[in-house]
Amino acid sequence: MRTPVLMLCLLLGAVAGFGDEQPAVDEQPAVRVEPLDLSGPRPLADQTQQAVIRDYLEAWHSLDGALGQNRPDLLNTDFTGSAKDNLTSTIHQQTALGVRARYQDLSHDVRVVFYSPEGLSVQLVDNVEYNVQLIAQEKVLTTQRVHERYVVVLTPSEVRWRVRVFQGEPE
Amino acid sequence: MRRSPLLLSLLTAAVPLAVAQSGSLTVPKMVTAGSAFSIQTSGSGQATLYIMGTDDVLKRDVQLGQPVSIAADTVNHAGHYLVVLTGGGTDTEQFDVQPANRPATVAFLARPSRLSTGLHNGITGAVYVFDPYGNLITNPTSVYFQLSGTGGPEQSRTVQTHDGAAWTQMDSSTKEGAAKFTARAGDVSSTRVIQQVPGDPCGLRMTAKRDNKGIQLQTDPLKDCSGNPVPDGTVVTFTESYYGLQTTVDVPLKRGVAQAEVPAHPGATISAATGVVMGNEIHWGGNE
Repeated sequence: MRTPVLMLCLLLGAVAGFGDEQPAVDEQPAVRVEPLDLSGPRPLADQTQQAVIRDYLEAWHSLDGALGQNRPDLLNTDFTGSAKDNLTSTIHQQTALGVRARYQDLSHDVRVVFYSPEGLSVQLVDNVEYNVQLIAQEKVLTTQRVHERYVVVLTPSEVRWRVRVFQGEPE
Repeated sequence: MRRSPLLLSLLTAAVPLAVAQSGSLTVPKMVTAGSAFSIQTSGSGQATLYIMGTDDVLKRDVQLGQPVSIAADTVNHAGHYLVVLTGGGTDTEQFDVQPANRPATVAFLARPSRLSTGLHNGITGAVYVFDPYGNLITNPTSVYFQLSGTGGPEQSRTVQTHDGAAWTQMDSSTKEGAAKFTARAGDVSSTRVIQQVPGDPCGLRMTAKRDNKGIQLQTDPLKDCSGNPVPDGTVVTFTESYYGLQTTVDVPLKRGVAQAEVPAHPGATISAATGVVMGNEIHWGGNE
């Protein structure tokens, strides 16, 4: 019995820490990758799948940094196209309103669903659990736990996959 | 006694969550992108309301007890949003914005831009369908693909999107020329031009004729297996073998035929080839 209670305590403690806007938690989110169920004629090599998911998960880290510090430059590595444009616009809005937002991803359940025939885009869906926090004038206004299904499209760039579409919907 | 610190820790940690879950806000659970909606507040006095998502952030000074109207074209991006009301305490609700089910943009990836005629499933197209606000329309949407324009039979099919994406494969036409490859969703479409060029020659036949300098070789007009002329510039290789020696001449097609002149060696064997296609052989006997 002690172990579950301790785990719960640790979990709530972590949430409370995030609520007090402690430095970003270094713990890695739990990641589950579902077996491939591709729509489309192009096979996806294991290495490509691993690279796509690695780059996608790193994008969550960039998202937290960029929206949490109101620094659009932190989006450059992992986002492109409309996803980057929208997030950049949000950062400008946040700056104007004097607020920041933190996104701490806790778990991912990722499935690659489409690899376009010409190899120029990969689509995945991800059931994500994350904590989101609104901070105004250095005061944490709220911390919320969110479960959301994300539909994500990544496209290849010189050395990595970048998120081009990043869109949540209810699970 | 051993459990008291644990209980204290649990209670302490739970406090921020409890504050965030009070409910003086009434928020629609789902809103369509770009549409107007309202948020009901309760209580009295002044407060500040935030609407916050990854793609939109708003801040409003509000009068508690009054509805807060959010005008059309204000919250345009699909995703998850928090509504936070501050003033005395803090109340938080959540809602989602769904894409408008009105295709406005079709991102169309077609491949290749140039290919041989007569290839089964040689052309592929993939689309992502977006609403007027750039949201991926994740509800199933019909996409009509059409390949036309070379005089051959038109190909078309309708495909339902899954999570906003759809794809198809088409055969290249038997006739050379530029084909239009179109993807349509609702009232919007996107077109790519696919250049279809003749395939490999289907056969190669040459004739030989003696002239003053040697043997004049000439191919028949080269065509692919669908009857399309093979483009000028395609190289034909003539080879003359005699007494264990060999002479080779590479000649590009001009006006559909290749011509070359080789020395006249009685007993020589002359052959022609282009790509992987071998032509006929001629055994030169002397004068013809």
